[in-house]
Amino acid sequence: MELYFFLFFATVATVSGVSMIIQRNPVYCVLLLIMVMISLAGLFLMLNAQFVAIIQIVVYAGAIMVLFLFVIMLLNLSREEWGTFRIQRPVAVILSAALLVPLVTMFFSKSTKDATTTINENTLGLGEVEQIGALLFTKYLLPVELAAVLLLIAIVGAVVLTRHGTIITED
Amino acid sequence: MIPISYYLILSAILFLIGVTGVLIRRNAIIVLMCIELMLNGANLSFVAFAKQYGSADGHIYVFLAITIAAAEAAIGLALVILLFRNKGTVNIDEVKSLRW
Repeated sequence: MELYFFLFFATVATVSGVSMIIQRNPVYCVLLLIMVMISLAGLFLMLNAQFVAIIQIVVYAGAIMVLFLFVIMLLNLSREEWGTFRIQRPVAVILSAALLVPLVTMFFSKSTKDATTTINENTLGLGEVEQIGALLFTKYLLPVELAAVLLLIAIVGAVVLTRHGTIITED
Repeated sequence: MIPISYYLILSAILFLIGVTGVLIRRNAIIVLMCIELMLNGANLSFVAFAKQYGSADGHIYVFLAITIAAAEAAIGLALVILLFRNKGTVNIDEVKSLRW
């Protein structure tokens, strides 16, 4: 049963991802990427990561992708023309497919098997909000603070960049 | 329980779809979206390993990766809007002032 769920979500994610990079209408691209994220949220649920799954839907699909959609509609983009370098597309696809080979061999190599056979069956409470909150405010306090500063910088940077008028000569 | 290799292979496939998209698309916004797809592929392997080792540290890293993705999307889209305002296009082949 679990395997069927995995295959379903994996197929949806892969097919949506591939359609996203061949779809020429930018709005459909955003919707397909949201499909990928929702199926990934399903996979996160299967991996005992309830909180991350909710964050994936609320923050990623709900906020970040809507930002993309907003900008696409703001710029009123037409359908995309393909690039001027015709050779680039087949070469890119072939090189990416070739990169899959070493990655998969690495996952099936002996050292990876040794590292991944130490299964911790005790997944009780894993991924619950209580555990994640405790980690965020003790062990990972400094990274969380730094992430907050990073978000502040991003907000200020976005506002400064898109402001009308010159930036440097103003007093 | 599904072996962790399945999740890792799926995450590699998603990452490579993102890489391919960055290489073949010419629309700057869609290039940014493909970067988000690559980040999602990496997040999947973090969560898979968190389940494997029964520790929630991987979830924290996913949390921080989503934060970074949000910051990157905000700055990237601001740059795309600036680009459109100055050049009238978001096609990255036509933005070549720094290319000789």
